[in-house]
Amino acid sequence: MLGLLWLIPAIPFASALALAVLRFPRKVVAWIAVSSIAASSIISLLVTFSFLHAPPAGNAYTEVLWTWMRVGDFRPEIAFYLDPLSLIMVVVVAFVSFLIHLYSTEFMAGDDGYSRFFAYMNLFVASMLTLLLANNLLLLYLGWEGVGLCSYLLIGFWYRDPENGLAGRKAFIVTRVGDTAMLIGLFLLFHDLGTLNIQELMQRAPQHWHLGAGAAVAAGLLLLGGAVGKSAQLPLQTWLPDAMAGPTPVSALIHAATMVTAGVYLIARTHVLYSLAPPAQFAVAVVGAATLLIAGFSALTQWDLKRVLAYSTISQIGYMFLALGVGAWPAAILHFMTHAFFKALLFLAAGVVIQALHEEHNIFRMGGLRKKLPVAFWTFLIAGCSLAGLPLITAGAFSKDWILWGAASAANGSMGFWIVALIGILLTSLYTFRMIFLVFFGEMHSEVTKKPGMAMLIPCIVLAFLSIAGGYVKTPFAHFLETALPWNAAAAGAVHISEIGSETVAGLVFLLGLVLAYVLFLRSRSYAASLTDNAAGAALHRFWFSDWGMDWLYDRLLVRPYAWAARIDKGDLIDGFYSGIAELNVLAWRVLGLTESGRLRWYAAGIAAGSIIYIAVVLFL
Amino acid sequence: MTEVPLAYGLILGGILFALGLAGLLMRRNLLFILISIEIMLNGAGVAFVAAGSRWGQPDGQIMFLFILAAAAAEVSVGLALLLRFYRQRHTLDANRANEMRG
Amino acid sequence: MILLWLIVVLVGGGLLAWLAARIHPLLCRWISLAAVLVDLALALFEASRHLSSGNAGMNTWFEQVDWSWIPQFGIHFHLALDGLSLLLVLLTLVLGVVSVVISWSAHIKALGFYHLNLLWILAGILGVFLSLDLFLFYFSWELMLIPMYFLIAIWGGERRTYAAVKFFLFTQLSGLLMLIAILALYFAHYHATGVYTFQYTALLGTPLSPHTAMWIMLGFFIAFAVKLPMFPFHTWLPDACAEASTATNVILAGLLATTAGYGMIRFLFPLFPGAFRAFAPVAMTLAVITILYGAILAFSQTNLMRLLAYASISHLGFVLLGIFSGSGIALQGAVMTLIAHGISTSALFIVAGSIEDRTHTREIGVMGGLWDTVPRLSGAGLFFALASLGLPGLGDFVGEFLILLGTYRAHTAMTVVAACGVLAATFYALRFVQRAFQGPNLRPWRLPDLALREGLTLGAMMVVLLWLGLYPQPVFHTFAQAANHLPALWR
Repeated sequence: MLGLLWLIPAIPFASALALAVLRFPRKVVAWIAVSSIAASSIISLLVTFSFLHAPPAGNAYTEVLWTWMRVGDFRPEIAFYLDPLSLIMVVVVAFVSFLIHLYSTEFMAGDDGYSRFFAYMNLFVASMLTLLLANNLLLLYLGWEGVGLCSYLLIGFWYRDPENGLAGRKAFIVTRVGDTAMLIGLFLLFHDLGTLNIQELMQRAPQHWHLGAGAAVAAGLLLLGGAVGKSAQLPLQTWLPDAMAGPTPVSALIHAATMVTAGVYLIARTHVLYSLAPPAQFAVAVVGAATLLIAGFSALTQWDLKRVLAYSTISQIGYMFLALGVGAWPAAILHFMTHAFFKALLFLAAGVVIQALHEEHNIFRMGGLRKKLPVAFWTFLIAGCSLAGLPLITAGAFSKDWILWGAASAANGSMGFWIVALIGILLTSLYTFRMIFLVFFGEMHSEVTKKPGMAMLIPCIVLAFLSIAGGYVKTPFAHFLETALPWNAAAAGAVHISEIGSETVAGLVFLLGLVLAYVLFLRSRSYAASLTDNAAGAALHRFWFSDWGMDWLYDRLLVRPYAWAARIDKGDLIDGFYSGIAELNVLAWRVLGLTESGRLRWYAAGIAAGSIIYIAVVLFL
Repeated sequence: MTEVPLAYGLILGGILFALGLAGLLMRRNLLFILISIEIMLNGAGVAFVAAGSRWGQPDGQIMFLFILAAAAAEVSVGLALLLRFYRQRHTLDANRANEMRG
Repeated sequence: MILLWLIVVLVGGGLLAWLAARIHPLLCRWISLAAVLVDLALALFEASRHLSSGNAGMNTWFEQVDWSWIPQFGIHFHLALDGLSLLLVLLTLVLGVVSVVISWSAHIKALGFYHLNLLWILAGILGVFLSLDLFLFYFSWELMLIPMYFLIAIWGGERRTYAAVKFFLFTQLSGLLMLIAILALYFAHYHATGVYTFQYTALLGTPLSPHTAMWIMLGFFIAFAVKLPMFPFHTWLPDACAEASTATNVILAGLLATTAGYGMIRFLFPLFPGAFRAFAPVAMTLAVITILYGAILAFSQTNLMRLLAYASISHLGFVLLGIFSGSGIALQGAVMTLIAHGISTSALFIVAGSIEDRTHTREIGVMGGLWDTVPRLSGAGLFFALASLGLPGLGDFVGEFLILLGTYRAHTAMTVVAACGVLAATFYALRFVQRAFQGPNLRPWRLPDLALREGLTLGAMMVVLLWLGLYPQPVFHTFAQAANHLPALWR
């Protein structure tokens, strides 16, 4: 059964190829696209059962398809590696992708780029699965760039509006800045350790590098650069909010559930490296903590429903980075899973709302949709509670409490991280319920023009179920992951709080956020308005709204100077040198041309003078 | 009979050549320019003959014959050109024949 | 003998096509296509014969032809084939077929003479790849020049004379430097051994003082650097590309650069190992500058052909970097880049040419929204732009990755800067896609999409790039056999 592994990415890839090259009627397109992902999901489930039933030796299975290239001692393979970590990721990604594909068949029904859309989506799934299953960093990089490409293509899917194209371009370029760092990291790893095979790297790293070795720290930081770009963390988070220009299913699949968590996967995959490089791991934690706060504040100020969700995604991935940074590895993966469920659901439900209101994105023009769109309301509410961490019931609470507890108790945890995570919970709860109250409660501002069909509702309902149930698997989950990711809870004596205590505080903070949101955004909106009325409040609002001015900063510091340098040198200044030589020749021609007067006697005089000078030189010198 | 010293012949040839050159440069009339060229050629011829007699060799006089032939050919071509030029321009001013400049 | 036939078929085919154009234009096209196809078949036959036999690596050369040509001066007509030449010969012929095919439907004045030039320049390029006698090498090197001059000067755009003369001056002057260098080497060899010879194998061990070696190597290097083209000798290429027709651009950007890369690999290090090592830091610095400078200028261009030309310059900087890094991995990467760049850049020029045929403009600002009306052409443009920006899974990535991976050992800082060149490639490639294909269709353009012949050509090039990106082993395998007899070098 495990031998079928290669089919998991291969089927979506084949389907993408078919959709890109051939032309089919719409029904057939939808059928091919959805069934290919369904096939991948089914195979991934089969592989899971087989893996659980008869675990392969070492709890990991490698399938080598062919040797990619063999150059000197550099021999990467096209090979897939399955262990508990990649297995969980693959199953979640395949299954969520399947649901979102199903949803898209209806969501995109009226679009004239139907076939193109599904070709890109299938290609994305294939790349993402390749990324997860790759047994070496080069193949991982292939998937990594592949998902980036599909993200670019899908953000700019509605290419007629230049804004979308620019957003896609920004996403691709910003993530590629990170990718370049990662690429250099690969060079460093290969140079020092002589391989790019992940498992070999993880074995050789402790042999070649002592704890805290400079090379290990550098490698860790460079890989972190790639992760930060792809997962939209500080300081490269600016592309994700703009990426919301893409169709909503794309935001759900790529910019919430799967691709943006690739950075988390990368760091988890190479966790041995980070354990060897405490400064790098600490940097991961700091990046995560800072991002979750910054994005949380920004989410509070957005008026575009999808942008709120985008900042929320950034913030939640910040949690995962925090978990990785403090060493609570499985907590990050559990949060990845629950986040994939509830965030995908939030986007899908938001898509229902947006389409129902005829492409309205502004939450202040929504309101009162609870009755008109009941399924969307209930599923959005469930997902929102999961996101904000409604204790005991929802999946999100389990994973986030684990991270919170890890922030305090894990190997590199500290109370500082714990407090930051707690503030994050307050912010999450606040912006989540702000969204819910503004969209579904209060009075109606817009008419509902389109009711969702079954293809859109079924995925929502399934994901709603998973957003609740997904958290109960915490204990077996940690146990299953043990061979791939270590988890040693409550190691140090520096912990000032028990696990139950931490969870209780989290629950209380959640409630506080809920109440605050209720007061500010439902009970009396004037309180919220009064906060931004004064100059300081307005400035702060603007600052948060513009993502802490980072876009502005990058524009001034990097984009404009580059464009300026390119513009002034458009005509190629070097060519001036050669043109100068040519001009000089022309000048010489003009000057010497003057002597050619056409006067016969001048020529004769010239001949005579020349002869005399020549004879004089010969005679007297 | 005493021989004329070589220097006298060369000085005579030099004077003739210089006179011809001066005429060539100063006169604007093409006919006089041709005449000046003839004088220069003859100056060279005198130098050849003088040198030939100094060394007792016939080569100097042979060279003079060549020069005579060349001068005859040159004058015939030159006069033909001159006539064509006069027909066109109704003048013999050399400065008017400057259309081939630069 | 097959080696001789490779060249004779092209030269003869060119003459025949020239004559046939007077009878019927179609006959001329068919004859030139047949000539290139026959050549390709011959080369493939060669490849299959030598690559399938297991002991191929043991022989230094697969095949040789060696006749005395002008014995008084020690000049031989010496052709030889090894793994490196075989790869590049195949690339040449594939692009040759492509350039004949894409000229098929275009209205071309003086059709016969056009095909004569096309086939003769291919013959010259094959001569460069196959010659083992430096005199013959120089002869072929110059033979490439004249047909290319005509191709630009007769079938070019408005400023074609300027572009053609510029091309001619740059390459001719640098070629003369190489001639001087060849002669210097020839006489140096005579002084050392008392034998006059232009034979590559004989000249290999010529003892030279470091000073002399450096000067002679510089003569070769500058000739190759101009042809590559390397910063600061690059300015002829954008002008030439901006004026030349599509098929000419395929050869100009795809093949002429390849001859330069080939020359560096074949001659520079083997002949002057010491000077090569001493010069490497300078060359690598220039390579890095070339990469970045090309990428930045490509970003600012509005003429599509100039954009592609600067992009091409940027990619060729990687080749230079790989060759001079002194690493075997990077050298393999450089060869890979030569091939992949040849295909992808040619394809981009074909896409650009197809756009120009339809819209009659080369300004990307005027295009815009082409996806609306020519989705297949736009898709192809997107694909090759992605290849150009180094998307993994396509040939260009493999080459550039290996170059950087190998260079990292030699010089970390330069690798880091060059890696930023990969990033900068994203800027111009995406700008091209954005400006040409995306955005609103303002004009609005209503154009015919790719015809079958164009589609098949571009499709085949896509398949080749994917193949190079996912299973490049045959290329490395073939080149590894040549690397055996390049002196113990690039480790």
